[in-house]
Amino acid sequence: MLGKLKNSVMDSQVKKSIFRVGIPNTDRKRVLIVLGNVFLHLHPTKVRTSGVKLRYTWCAGGLSFFLFLVLTLTGVLLMFYYRPTVEGAYVDMLDIRSQVPFGIMRELHRWSAHAMVIMVMIHMFRVFMTGSYKPPREFNWVIGVILLVLTFLLSFTGYLLPWDQLAIWAITVGSNMAKAHPFVGAAGPFADFLQIGGVPLVHPGDDARFMLIGAKELGGTTLLRFYVLHCVAIPLGAAVLMAIHFWRIRKDGGISGPL
Amino acid sequence: MAANETKTQQTLSPREQAIRQLKVKGYLDQDGKPMGRRQFMVSLALAWATFAAALGGLVTILSAFIIPRVDFTRIESFKVGAPGNFPSKTVNEDFKSSGKFWIVNDGQKIFALSVVCTHLGCTPNWMSNESKFKCPCHGSGFTMQGKNFEGPAPTWLRRYEVSLADDGQIVVNKGRLFFEEKGEFEDPRSYIAV
Repeated sequence: MLGKLKNSVMDSQVKKSIFRVGIPNTDRKRVLIVLGNVFLHLHPTKVRTSGVKLRYTWCAGGLSFFLFLVLTLTGVLLMFYYRPTVEGAYVDMLDIRSQVPFGIMRELHRWSAHAMVIMVMIHMFRVFMTGSYKPPREFNWVIGVILLVLTFLLSFTGYLLPWDQLAIWAITVGSNMAKAHPFVGAAGPFADFLQIGGVPLVHPGDDARFMLIGAKELGGTTLLRFYVLHCVAIPLGAAVLMAIHFWRIRKDGGISGPL
Repeated sequence: MAANETKTQQTLSPREQAIRQLKVKGYLDQDGKPMGRRQFMVSLALAWATFAAALGGLVTILSAFIIPRVDFTRIESFKVGAPGNFPSKTVNEDFKSSGKFWIVNDGQKIFALSVVCTHLGCTPNWMSNESKFKCPCHGSGFTMQGKNFEGPAPTWLRRYEVSLADDGQIVVNKGRLFFEEKGEFEDPRSYIAV
């Protein structure tokens, strides 16, 4: 009876259409399972013993990715309650904490965000100290650096969303830095040279700061821009780059190990 | 002492050395055998139990999180005027957009009729010439009393609670609905006798 049930499940078209390879009882089948899975195929089919050695890798990259997943999950949950408007943002942030069961989701998001920034830097430090940036892995190091910048940008844009005094003044300072950039900031060096017939090309109404905050002063437009960047644009970019980053590990010969 | 140990190391084959290493690390028991069947099953069960608990916790947290402790749906009440303002056999449409109800005087009762069609929730129109409510979405028709007499609507239109305030005005309380199919139209709170 039980054997019959087992056979009918194992031989069913539904099961076979989802799992192409049967019970992974040989090395070949184990390899085929990793190769045939869209998520697992990014990963090497074989990992060196040193690759799972915590004292060598610290699992810093894996923990960074784990924190990214935690942030995605908690972030999506927060989006159910948070409105990116001047009237709504701060109130909604407080309401999530006090009026929603498991409002700790908001704290989890913030703590994980801090932890991810730290963990990404630890990952970078480990890769540097073990020389894992050297050929043939130099391109993956470059992708990693871009991912580091995206992590910082996620942190920066998320910082504004509570719309409290700390957030507003932090972004005031941050966006004023954009104003001071050479060529693209209205108050930066060389902005004066960029003009046609006395009409300035870079002015407070179209410089880098304006593009960042969507107005000449911080306000509702800034909040909306940072919200879209934080929830959609940057995470999408980071996800694509992460896929490449993990796939390149396989293509560049697996996780680096002691020589 | 140290020399002795080196000697024993050398007499062991590489395979024996590897087995010894695995024994030290606890991967093999003292007989050189891997984890026993019983121990394996216990570990497997523990692993699955932990996974199931984590998954159950996640589902619990998620389902709790999506239901807030505060419901911001506004429950409103409207003061619509004295009963004398609503002549017999008329439908008052003053509150159709602001309050989503009609004040109907059918000659015996004054009641507040909900503008939500009982079919799929559109807003019917009052056709005074034909003396009926007609829903533009799927053609449901209701009498002045709100009875569904044509089209797909399955039940009568709902009514809101009405009462008389101290100043003699009718108060419509949108926090309480009355349903014909539950026999609630006989409830004195659902109408004001003319």
